[in-house]
Amino acid sequence: MSLWHFVVVNRAQLLDLTVEHITLAGVATLIAAAVGIPLGILITRVPQLSKPVLGSANVIQTIPSLALFGFLLPAPWLGERAGRLAIFALALYGLLPLIRNTYTGIRNVDPTVLEAGRAMGLTDRQLLFQVELPLASGVIIAGLRIAAVLSIGVATIAAAVGAGGLGEFIFRGLAMVNNQVILAGAIPAALLALVTDSFLGWLERRLNAVGLRS
Amino acid sequence: MTNLASRGPAIEFDHASFWLNGRPILNQVSFSVQAGETLALLGRSGSGKTTALKLINGLRLPTGGEVRVHGRRTSEWDPIRLRRSIGYVMQEGGLFPHFSVEKNIGLVPRIEGWEERRVRDRVSELLETVRLNGDVVSRYPGELSGGQRQRVGIARALAADPPILIMDEAFSALDPITRAEMQKEFLELQRRVRKAVVFVTHDLREAMLLGDRIALLEDGHLVANLTPAEFPDSQSPIVRAYVQAFSDPMAKRRSA
Repeated sequence: MSLWHFVVVNRAQLLDLTVEHITLAGVATLIAAAVGIPLGILITRVPQLSKPVLGSANVIQTIPSLALFGFLLPAPWLGERAGRLAIFALALYGLLPLIRNTYTGIRNVDPTVLEAGRAMGLTDRQLLFQVELPLASGVIIAGLRIAAVLSIGVATIAAAVGAGGLGEFIFRGLAMVNNQVILAGAIPAALLALVTDSFLGWLERRLNAVGLRS
Repeated sequence: MTNLASRGPAIEFDHASFWLNGRPILNQVSFSVQAGETLALLGRSGSGKTTALKLINGLRLPTGGEVRVHGRRTSEWDPIRLRRSIGYVMQEGGLFPHFSVEKNIGLVPRIEGWEERRVRDRVSELLETVRLNGDVVSRYPGELSGGQRQRVGIARALAADPPILIMDEAFSALDPITRAEMQKEFLELQRRVRKAVVFVTHDLREAMLLGDRIALLEDGHLVANLTPAEFPDSQSPIVRAYVQAFSDPMAKRRSA
């Protein structure tokens, strides 16, 4: 059976798995952003926290993904629901690039611009939302891009704990020693990653163009 | 805000000191600036000029003595209110690179809650004041020349009509011709707006041209506070050193 034939026959399932895959990676990236960006901002305000926070995120990222899924299986609220578990693990992986890029992006804002803002009487909040975050946005989006692409890749492993996604085909193909089935999962996953990467890359370039107009 | 400016000096340094890590950056400095007066704060790098400016807008608080703005100690002011009543111009204008000219100038009026219509009118009025063509409003700082950026910086500082203006080496990054132009325009502008101005510079010529008084800082001490007429005749060795360093090279050439 050719790859094309397999895809045509299993198109309904392929679509389901693709939607599942996008949901897993998408929700995980959103959670990582919702936690990672505020954490990144926090450690620019409380510098004593920067080492422990960045260090922990770093350690999480060094855990092999299959092992992390395995570790989380016995966890009470997570273990019984594979989707939940996969999203939690993927979000953990996405944290580091988001925390690190938010932190570096804000720290790299030209100090004279910040001084001007402070001298004009901007409050800390106004300085953050009107000056620091807009000027750091390109770097933050770069972090989001890394997190999203990483999530789409690692989400293929989620099938190992029964969370579904395009990894289903990959694992099935491995078990059947059938390359066509593996490719039916791997190619769409790679395409998803490429599309996400180019879209966020385009956004990043646009935001950087604004930030670098000085 | 302008009614405050009418009584007493706008800015007073009363034996103000600022120590950092056990070292004096400013030591017992006293001077005052009235509305309509320009004080040129002259000194070399590291003499404490910029720290003196930061004591005015409360970015630093004196560790000894007092700094008063409109008769009130800077430590007693709400720092945000204090800073919004002081226009600040820095080298290169210190503009926000991600804001258009219009947004840069209108920022303080907007966060002060002015109506949109009033902000727009104020921005066009200010562009005229600093002699900028109206078509720059939508441009970004990176698309302007050095002189234009400096004009926008001045317009931004004047936006909410603050009674005090502090300028930190505002014209130092400009080429000599643009700089001379800006200095001339600043004098005309000051005649009209009559702010209390503190102008930090390391250039004696600029201080002589712009200042009603010249305050000379050396190693955190105020060593002279003179009018431009008195300055060249001062017997103080440090003042003399300055006058000599800036003696006109053209005159020297001609007499040789």
